Amino acid sequence: METFKTYDPEAYYDELINVDGTPRPGAKLLIDKIESLPEGDLTLRQKEAEALLLKMGITFNVYGREEGTEKIFPFDLIPRIVSKQDWQQIESGLKQRIYALNLFLQDIYNDKKILKDKVVPEDLILSSKTYRRECEGFTPPRGIWCHVTGTDLVRDSDGGFFVLEDNLRCPSGVSYVLENRQVLKRTFPQVFQASRVRPVDEYPGKLLEMLEYLAADGIESPTIGVLTPGIYNSAYFEHSFLSQQMGVELVEGRDLVVSDGFVHMLTTKGLQRVDVLYRRIDDDFIDPSVFRPDSLLGVKGLIDVYKSGRIAMANAPGTGIADDKVIYAYVPEIIKYYTGEEAILPNVPTYICGIESDRQYVLAHLDELVVKAANESGGYGMLIGPHASKEERAEFAKKIEAEPRNYMAQPTISLSRVPTIIDGKIEGRHVDLRPYILYGEDIYVQPGGLTRVALTKGSLVVNSSQGGGSKDTWVV
Amino acid sequence: MLSRVANSIYWMSRYIERAENVARFISVNLNLLLDMPTEEGKHWKPLVMTTGDHEFFEKQDPEYSQDAVIRFLTFDRDYPNSIIRCLLAARENARSIREIISSEMWEHLNNFYLELTSEQSVRMAFKDPHRFFKIIQMRSHLFTGLMDCTMSHGEAWNFARIGMMMERADKTSRILDVKYFMLLPQASLVNAPIDHIQWMAVLKSASAFEMFRKQHHNITPHKVADFLIFDNQFPRSIKHCINKANICLHRITGTPRGAAMNPVEKRLGRILADLEFTDIQDVIDTGMHEYLDNLQNRINGVGAAIGTSFFNIMPDSTSAKQEQ
Repeated sequence: METFKTYDPEAYYDELINVDGTPRPGAKLLIDKIESLPEGDLTLRQKEAEALLLKMGITFNVYGREEGTEKIFPFDLIPRIVSKQDWQQIESGLKQRIYALNLFLQDIYNDKKILKDKVVPEDLILSSKTYRRECEGFTPPRGIWCHVTGTDLVRDSDGGFFVLEDNLRCPSGVSYVLENRQVLKRTFPQVFQASRVRPVDEYPGKLLEMLEYLAADGIESPTIGVLTPGIYNSAYFEHSFLSQQMGVELVEGRDLVVSDGFVHMLTTKGLQRVDVLYRRIDDDFIDPSVFRPDSLLGVKGLIDVYKSGRIAMANAPGTGIADDKVIYAYVPEIIKYYTGEEAILPNVPTYICGIESDRQYVLAHLDELVVKAANESGGYGMLIGPHASKEERAEFAKKIEAEPRNYMAQPTISLSRVPTIIDGKIEGRHVDLRPYILYGEDIYVQPGGLTRVALTKGSLVVNSSQGGGSKDTWVV
Repeated sequence: MLSRVANSIYWMSRYIERAENVARFISVNLNLLLDMPTEEGKHWKPLVMTTGDHEFFEKQDPEYSQDAVIRFLTFDRDYPNSIIRCLLAARENARSIREIISSEMWEHLNNFYLELTSEQSVRMAFKDPHRFFKIIQMRSHLFTGLMDCTMSHGEAWNFARIGMMMERADKTSRILDVKYFMLLPQASLVNAPIDHIQWMAVLKSASAFEMFRKQHHNITPHKVADFLIFDNQFPRSIKHCINKANICLHRITGTPRGAAMNPVEKRLGRILADLEFTDIQDVIDTGMHEYLDNLQNRINGVGAAIGTSFFNIMPDSTSAKQEQ
């Protein structure tokens, strides 16, 4: 039965239901609506939504499988609802965090004050794989480094929000936010309207404004391109979608050449200059003459043009240092250093394996902790202690001892849950939340974001590459 | 527009046209068999000959049975010109330019491919092939219609049209070449009803039967060839295709018609002029096969010139600059 009558939030924080089983503020209309549907109707709507996504080709490719393996990103119809109060904390906390991280990036690539003041250990920065010496002494257009951020937030069983990860390189997923919303609007039109959900559709427009803002002075209508690795990239749909929504060119590395000190596109009528690139290729691959020489995805000479100020790029190369998972542990101090304020959104407590005492603790408590590699993403290279076997833990302990700098650990958080349709029943599943932040003339936080849900019972891993799905997020 | 985008849209529409032609050839053959004595293999071999890939086929299957040929031409993922491979290529191309084409086109093509890969499709292709190949053709027509009605007729659209027209001209010349070679010795000896049926089938392979009748009434090999090469109005005649491709090309470059500024315009213009000042008697005098073979080579030459002139320009090479 698709009903809430038998729904049990158990010991977790449930995003829609109070401990006593009543709906949380803002969720009542939705729950009443679902309860009023005839038996089987919700599952039917769910199937229709999935068929629609497949037909629209909203799919992603999974690495490590046969090339071209496509899956739809599983989508659950029951939205996550975020109250106004919660959202105020999230929004102001994210603005504060991004503002500080941007100052941090500018500082470590230039004056290095924060290192000289020993707030962040210098060797930690210089030893990071994502620290780019090529960026030293450079100030990007308008002084902005991290233009697009997708910060991962989690809520624990006491109902408090924490920042889990900063994604400052090429965060993906915003297209799902926009598409999920389209589907939900069609599925629950009346509830949607009556709940006064804040719109997410401004995002492509805001992104375009931000990119235009980066163009050099004097360029009236800049030529903007979204730089994609191509159709086999797992986020290709999103690259294509965003360029379509903004009405700008979608380009691959092989479409661009550096000539006469500028970056140009190869067009049927010759070369055309490009002023701003929203690049969705990692630093490593973006310019074979500066970073990985074997990269076929990038543009030779791009970084030179960029450093001479003849093209703007979002995000700036070098931002990866600020989402290093070990640097992450220092972000509250970074915020305090640059703004004088306490962090509005706290970090999850973190043990840094590079520090002797922390490492001893981590090795002794591997069965309770989540261990992450400093520069991996997408749920790769991590150990979830409580769910791992003895052998897996022993193997991971060896990795930590071999390369302590590369690891950090956090207590396993009982992520909050949202009711989810599972085989025709409603069951609780764990979620996180990734809001998207744009840093242009000012800082914009898209009201909502991507709620990722671990569809496997009891699982805490929400990554799409590891069997996670998504939900629409309603800020009411 | 980006060279890569122009390249992708050109090939997207070429591949769809190619898939449609394969489906039509199979359809016509199936119909032909209904009126024929049952010597199965004999009637399926020519079909594979038309594609020019009979060696490829024979490597896998020495017997030209109906099922083997249908499987090969429709579902063989190793054979690059099978319907499924054509649609896969069309879809991959479309996917790389989905922000350029309309979402109606993308969704239709995506669905077209996905349904072809389903088990029901495979079952239908062997159990009810008449219906199956009709559906393939109609889906291709629907795609062409969607392209016409939902996408601006700008540069990208004109590249798509050129792709479609070049592919169509090539296929019409091939079917005529192969059939003429096979049927002519018999046709000159007797005028048996079976030849009549075969020539009707040639026309039907280009969807040309009814339109031919309106123009020429009785069927003779020369008239069929004349119609498929030189007719001004029939949308699958070679001349018509070349003419339409030329119009689209001039829309893209902005060069006045009758003038030629780049290698593609020159080559295409020459083919068109030849078609205008040649008639069927000249073709017979040259030899049908020699004439069509030469024409096919020249059509391929246009395709190659389109590649160098529009799709692969090199910024520092002076020759490329001159081509612009």
